Amino acid sequence: MTHNHEALRALARKRWRVALSLTALMVLVYFGFVLLVAWDKPFMGRLLRPGLSVGIVLGALVIIAAWILTWTYVRWANRVYDPELERARAGGVK
Amino acid sequence: MSTAIGQANPVAIAFFLLFIGVTLGITWWAARRTRTTEHFYAAGRSITARQNGIALAGDYMSAASFLGIAGLVSTTGFDGLIYSTGWLVGWPVVLFLVAEPLRNLGKYTFADVVALHRRPGPVRTAAAIGTLATVVFYLIAQMVGAGGLIRLMFGISYETAIVVVGVVMILYVLVGGMIATTWVQIVKAFLLLAGALLLAVLVLSRFGFNPARLFAEAAAKHGDAVLAPGKLVTSPLEAVSLGMALMFGTAGLPHILMRFFTVPDASAARRSVFYATGIIGTFYLLTFVLGFGAMVLVGPEAIRAVDQGGNMAAPLLAEALGGTALLGFIAAVAFATILAVVAGLTLSGAAALSHDLWVNVVRHGEAEPGEQLRVARIATVVLGLIAVVLGITFKGQNVAFMVSLAFAIAASGNFPALLLAMFWRRATTSGLVASMLTGTFGALILIWFSPTIQVDILHHGSAQFPLRNPALLTIPISFATGMLVSLLTAARSEEEISRFAERERLMLEGRETRAVRREP
Repeated sequence: MTHNHEALRALARKRWRVALSLTALMVLVYFGFVLLVAWDKPFMGRLLRPGLSVGIVLGALVIIAAWILTWTYVRWANRVYDPELERARAGGVK
Repeated sequence: MSTAIGQANPVAIAFFLLFIGVTLGITWWAARRTRTTEHFYAAGRSITARQNGIALAGDYMSAASFLGIAGLVSTTGFDGLIYSTGWLVGWPVVLFLVAEPLRNLGKYTFADVVALHRRPGPVRTAAAIGTLATVVFYLIAQMVGAGGLIRLMFGISYETAIVVVGVVMILYVLVGGMIATTWVQIVKAFLLLAGALLLAVLVLSRFGFNPARLFAEAAAKHGDAVLAPGKLVTSPLEAVSLGMALMFGTAGLPHILMRFFTVPDASAARRSVFYATGIIGTFYLLTFVLGFGAMVLVGPEAIRAVDQGGNMAAPLLAEALGGTALLGFIAAVAFATILAVVAGLTLSGAAALSHDLWVNVVRHGEAEPGEQLRVARIATVVLGLIAVVLGITFKGQNVAFMVSLAFAIAASGNFPALLLAMFWRRATTSGLVASMLTGTFGALILIWFSPTIQVDILHHGSAQFPLRNPALLTIPISFATGMLVSLLTAARSEEEISRFAERERLMLEGRETRAVRREP
């Protein structure tokens, strides 16, 4: 029982670390975008090609970054976290 | 340009009646499956990850997303995109921090999680205050938006429109509970995405399927400034504060959190956010095209002439592209959108009143069988009537701030307490109650003293508090109050603190042990 609980606690800490790092990345990406909007309007308005300003490209990239981070977490959780949770649970039954 | 907006549109009415017919059919089907409290609040935990993901998207993509952002982009250009991105980035936060532990620790409402191993009376009362404040402000915004919209598109009076929305929504929730509400949201999410996709394809077909050519045309017609940030964000502090409310508000919206209890386990909760983020992100990318499409093909002046706030941009774009028939379809989609969001909000409000306040506070958790369901149904009717009355009372008011108010309360009142309750060992009853109350009332008070109320609505010369959105201040204050009060009351809450290990285990394993189920 105690062994099972130790394994679960370690897993809880691991999930917490992954979740916090990914949250921090999302905060960084989004507030980076917001601060550029607030502080450097000329930069955001610069045209990369006719019709494509830096701001529009970065806005689309924020959405794509949100997708990538979501996908990263779900993939990690499905492949690493779920099997480890099953193992930790099974360890308690013995 | 002449428009059919403002007259009864037969196509709109036909599509609308079709939608009502189909969804009431679903409600009737769901009613036969709604026998227990667990069915009414949580659809018997029978919703799959994919279904819940679509329903989450349906719950979240309100009329503000569809009509508001398209309107903002079409009249101001780039500025509208600040909302498109902000409303999506809350979802990864929901996934990383909230979805799975919430599903494992709770039963029907997020208050279950905050109250676990703590004194239920004070915690649930404070959580119900936060829930109802969020729900009521969100409801007012949706109802007032619906009334104006339906009056413009169906040619009926504002009051009739509000009553129709109220009655249909009460029927969904009262008769079909969470099962019907979920399916209404799924049907609506499909309609909204199909409508937006159709419009976007029609717009892009005129620009060689190259979005850059569309944006370039907008810049050629209305100046390069439409592709750069403009007046919406005036100061960095304002921008960060709005961003914080959008980012952390989603993780505190009670009607969104409630949806995680409808799936069988934490793994399904996780995967449902994956689907939701995909759908919502796609939709917000489409709003780039719809907004600039309306700017080029309809023109900002023509859009403002119909509705000063720009809310008719998407319907006007539909009319320009496909005539009265497409206008009718898009009008019906917008109506369906509002109905579904209002139903979800009412259900979460009813759960707070019945499950949190009545059963767990008034009856101390010892309600008779069937009583909880009965009270929830009464609460649904009462909330529905309140929504109709408030909708009529606030007629003609600018309600855009009410959605930001709802997000600010959710981010400052609900989110910090939820996070502390789950992850912080020392969180005590008093600390969590203090956090929820300072967050909720702090947000309410600061918004009262903000330029939105003092300058825009009361027409005073200046405001006592400079920021339009208080989240920058109220989120940290709510966290700090919660932690400080918890530490001060630690001595008399030893039992609550000592059960952290048990909570940690439940958070991973769930309340009911169940094999990890996967979809085929």
